[in-house]
Order: sequence, then structure tokens, then C-alpha cells
Amino acid sequence: MESVLGRYRNLIVLVGVLFVQVLGLAVQVKRTTDNDSTRLIRIWAVGMVTPLEKVLVWTQTSTANIWHNYFYLRGVRAENRSLRAQIEQMRLEQVRMSQDADQARRLQALLGFKEQFISQTMAAQVIGGSGSDLSRLVYIDKGYSDGIRPDMAVITGDGIVGKVLRADRADRHVAQVLLINDQTSGVGAILDKTRLQGILRGTPAGEVVLEKVMSDETVPAEEQVLTSGGDGVFPKGLLIGKVSSVKQGSDLFLNIHIRPAADLSKLEEVLVVTKIDERQTEPDQKGSARAVDILAERLPTVPPKPESAVKDAGTGTAAPTATPKSLAPQASLPKTSLPNTSVPATSGPAASDAKPKPASGDPSVSSGAPVVRKTSGSGNSAVASSASPSTTSLKPKTAAAGADATKVSPKSVNAAVPAPLPLQPTAPDSPH
Amino acid sequence: MRPSRLHFHYNRLRRIVRTNVAITYTSGEQVEVYRFGWFATAVISVGAVFLQAFLPLRFPFFTIFDLPLLVVIGFATARRNPLAGLFTGSVIGILQDGLTHQPIGLYGIALTVVGFGASSLGIKLDVENAGARFLLTIFFYVVHEVVYFSIARGLIGMRMEWTWPHEILSCLANAVLGVFVFMLLDRLKQRT
Repeated sequence: MESVLGRYRNLIVLVGVLFVQVLGLAVQVKRTTDNDSTRLIRIWAVGMVTPLEKVLVWTQTSTANIWHNYFYLRGVRAENRSLRAQIEQMRLEQVRMSQDADQARRLQALLGFKEQFISQTMAAQVIGGSGSDLSRLVYIDKGYSDGIRPDMAVITGDGIVGKVLRADRADRHVAQVLLINDQTSGVGAILDKTRLQGILRGTPAGEVVLEKVMSDETVPAEEQVLTSGGDGVFPKGLLIGKVSSVKQGSDLFLNIHIRPAADLSKLEEVLVVTKIDERQTEPDQKGSARAVDILAERLPTVPPKPESAVKDAGTGTAAPTATPKSLAPQASLPKTSLPNTSVPATSGPAASDAKPKPASGDPSVSSGAPVVRKTSGSGNSAVASSASPSTTSLKPKTAAAGADATKVSPKSVNAAVPAPLPLQPTAPDSPH
Repeated sequence: MRPSRLHFHYNRLRRIVRTNVAITYTSGEQVEVYRFGWFATAVISVGAVFLQAFLPLRFPFFTIFDLPLLVVIGFATARRNPLAGLFTGSVIGILQDGLTHQPIGLYGIALTVVGFGASSLGIKLDVENAGARFLLTIFFYVVHEVVYFSIARGLIGMRMEWTWPHEILSCLANAVLGVFVFMLLDRLKQRT
């Protein structure tokens, strides 16, 4: 027996070591959600490698900064001049875009949308990767102590990069970021123009594909792909990339390859989205008037009700027929502007603004005539005056509307806009 | 027994002893057995994993190389000790696994097999010249990929794609780099 053990000692040890590792693998595979059993090994591995990476990256960055900021300044003046010109152009563009955004916000408010927006980001430097083709992730130099938590979105100026996979208390200054081209990642995505939704996944070869788009849909090449917000990690509307090729898949779905906007193979600096705020969209009443108000201004004025009708309305005994008939075209205004949308009755205060209100005194009832917001210019006026009699609320304050209408750009109300758009940039002149 | 006959038997016995000794890893008579200092072993192992994680971000083409694999083969063929080879392979492999988000043991198992195989083969073959090292690296690269592929797909259920052009290119690139890595390791090894 002893001789057999001695003779096959190497082989026995090999089998033993392999068995232990296979057993460990099996345990990890079984516990798909709990990785505590291997946490220590990962911490040791990361702790051994990342300090070296940090030192190297710091040295490289410092050297590059010194060179570029103090020595290599050739062409900086010309570049500065061209950038200033670009800023002027972009300011003009910004004015136009902000008006479009205001309009979109107003329409979203009518539908009771809740919008998500990135309110806080943290810049981080990529210090290393996994070293494996089958595990596409990077390490960043910010970690738990910097406020990084798992499932935070990671982006660059070009587009999304991935999400924070691991940020341990043990590795306080390092976090692991899973890239979108890893085969275990998944991002809710939507095509910009066709509004088709799908799931973005990585492939073993490191490509990015959009899945779950039915094969009978038409997807044009070079169409932009955005985040849909459905994954709970990325806010809606961030750029992912463009469609590079569309092929018929083997099953019912298309095989859509995406070219990521961010260069995932050469990441140096990223932004971690540390805070996403969600708020009910409210139109900016300070800066611009609502299109509905301006349209209401063009409508014939409703004569004041007789006192008896007002009293009835106050006691809540008014029948639906008490609603002035002149409200009918106005009531349809929000709906006609968005024909494909259905407004739920209980989808928030803004939605209830859009719904017709009854002439009764109970403001909680929403089933009849529309309520037009006051546009007095104060921030609180965004709340519709549903408690007030509808006859008075129908008459917008023309002074405010006239003042604010200069910033409204919908084509449908252009006729009501008396003043030209304030497109003059306010940038101070500076010597080039 | 005549002296010539005795001499014949003596020579035969000596040949048998020499042959038996030659296939054991402790022998320094037929094959050279080397060792590495613990500090050098640790620095080279961690350094290989570090470079494998760091360089592809700066130079994306570096993903076709597998430095930890080359280091495991280099250590194993120089030491010619199967136990040392498999333990070195498993430690480096687990270290490599630790940087990924995959279950730990994938690289560990693959490099354990490579370490054991390379040291066992190193006993029987002369792996001191560049040509033998080139072929040895090709062979063990394929072994590594097959083991890794089998475990990842069969045991973990990962989606894997075996692409011949990539594998062949990577195999040749690693074999070429391996020759230089082994030359570097030659400078650090010490005769036992």
C-alpha cells in the first residue's frame, strides 16, 4: 500500500487538488447570489495587484499632465480661439434646445411623467482590468469609502460604460466595474427613432448585441441606441451606441450588433453616477408660458357666470351640464397635441391638471371641464387652481403670458408670440 | 566469471541505473533541475498577473497573450517537480481568477493541469533550447484552452465561442513570447 502511494504520489496529489477546486467551483455555481465564500480570495488578489496599478497610473498621469500642461503647449492659442467660436455656436444651439426641452417638459407634465436625471457624478480613473477575455471588467480608483456602491451606473462623455459590480468595505478605494460588453451584463435599451425596446448584452467575443427585438421589425443601420431606464441602473436616455449591423436571428428575434459610443477597450477616465434623482416633471413657469395658456388667450373669453350658478358650484350641486360649453375645445387641447397617449386619471397632480374638471366645488373630483393653470410667474403657480371656479381660471393672466411667451417656441403657437426669440448670446466679449 | 564478462554486466547495470535515475525529478545527472528563490517566485507570479491585468487597457492587442500561463510553464519546466508545478499553477490560476468576476477555480484548474503536465514533460524532454520551448508552449496553450473551455462550458455553463483564427494567432503569439519569457526566467533560476 505504501509503495503504491509513494509511486503515484504526484498523481494522487494532482487529483486531490483538482477535486478540491472542482468542488469549490460547484459550490460557487450553486450559490449564484452569495459570493462570500470566495470574497477573501478576491480581496487578496485585488489587494495584491491594484496598488501597483495605482502607482503606475498615477505616475503616468502625472508625467502626462506635466508635459501637456507646462511644456507641450504648441497650438494651444489657435485651439483656444476655435473652441471659443465653438462655444458661441453651441450657446445658440443651447437656446434652441432649451426651448425644445421646455416644451417636452410641459408635455411630460401633462402626462404625469416622472423623469430621472443624473444629479451627482464622481470622476474615477481606470487602473486595471481582469486580464481575461471572458471577464470584461475594469477596476477604478474610487471605492466604498468614496461613496461608490454596487449597481451604480458608470459612463463617459461618449456613452455608457457599465455598472459597478463590487465595492467592498475591505477594498475601500477600489471598485469593480462590469462593462456592457461582458456576457453577463444586461442593459435595458431603446432605439432612438423606431422606439423599439430590447436588452443589450455582451457576447463572449466582446461585442454588444441588442436582443429581443422581433424579426418583423425594421431597424435601420446607424440608428442610435439609448438606455431605456428599465434596468433600474441607467437613467433613461443615455447614449449607448449605434446600430452597426442587423441580421436575421435563428429564432424570432433580430440579431442587432451595436457599436458602443464609448471606446471600451481604451478606458482611462469614467464617471460614476452616484446619485439619480427622480421627480415629477413640472413646466418651468418662471421662464416660459405654457402653450395651453397662449392658446387659451386666443380663444374667446367666457363671460362670467351668474351668481346663482357660482353658488351652485360652490355647494357641489351643479350638474355636469353646468360646465360651460366653451370649455370643450380647450379640454381637447392637450389630447390633440398628444394623440397617441392616454392620460390616467390618477397619475399625479400634473395629470389631473390635464383632465377636465367638473364645475363642482370639490377639487378632488376630476371628470369634466379642463382647468387652465394660472401663469402669474410665481413658482407656485404650477399647481393648477382646481379649487377655484372654472370660469375664473379660464382667463389667463395675459400680462404674464405676454411676458413669458417670448420664450415659447412651439410652431402651433408661434402666431401668439409677439416678440422674437432671445437668441442673442450673453457671453461677455473676451480677447482671443 | 571472466573480467570482460564482468565488465559487460557492470556497464549494463550502470546503464539501467542511469536510465532509472534520469526519469526522476531529483536527479541532476541527466536533466538539470533548477530552483527559484521564494521572493523571485512571488514577484514573478504577481507581476505576470498584474501585467496581464494592466497592459491590455493601454495596449488592447495584449489580450492575445497569456503571461501567467507562460510563467507557469516556465517555472514547471525549470523545476521539473510535478508537485511544485501543480501548486504553482493552482496558486497563480486562483490569483488570476480573483481578479475576474467568474467563479474562482476556472484558471486554477487549467493552470494546475498545465503546471503538472509541463513539469512531468520537462523531466523527459530537453526543454533548454528555443525550438523545444516554442513547441512546448504551443502544446500547453492548447491544453490550457481545452481544459478552460471544457470547465467553463461544461461545469459553469458559460457561453463560449471557440474561434480557430483567434486561438491559432494567440497560440503562436504566446509561443513566441514564451521563448523570451523563458530566457528571462533562465537568468533568475538557480542550480540545485
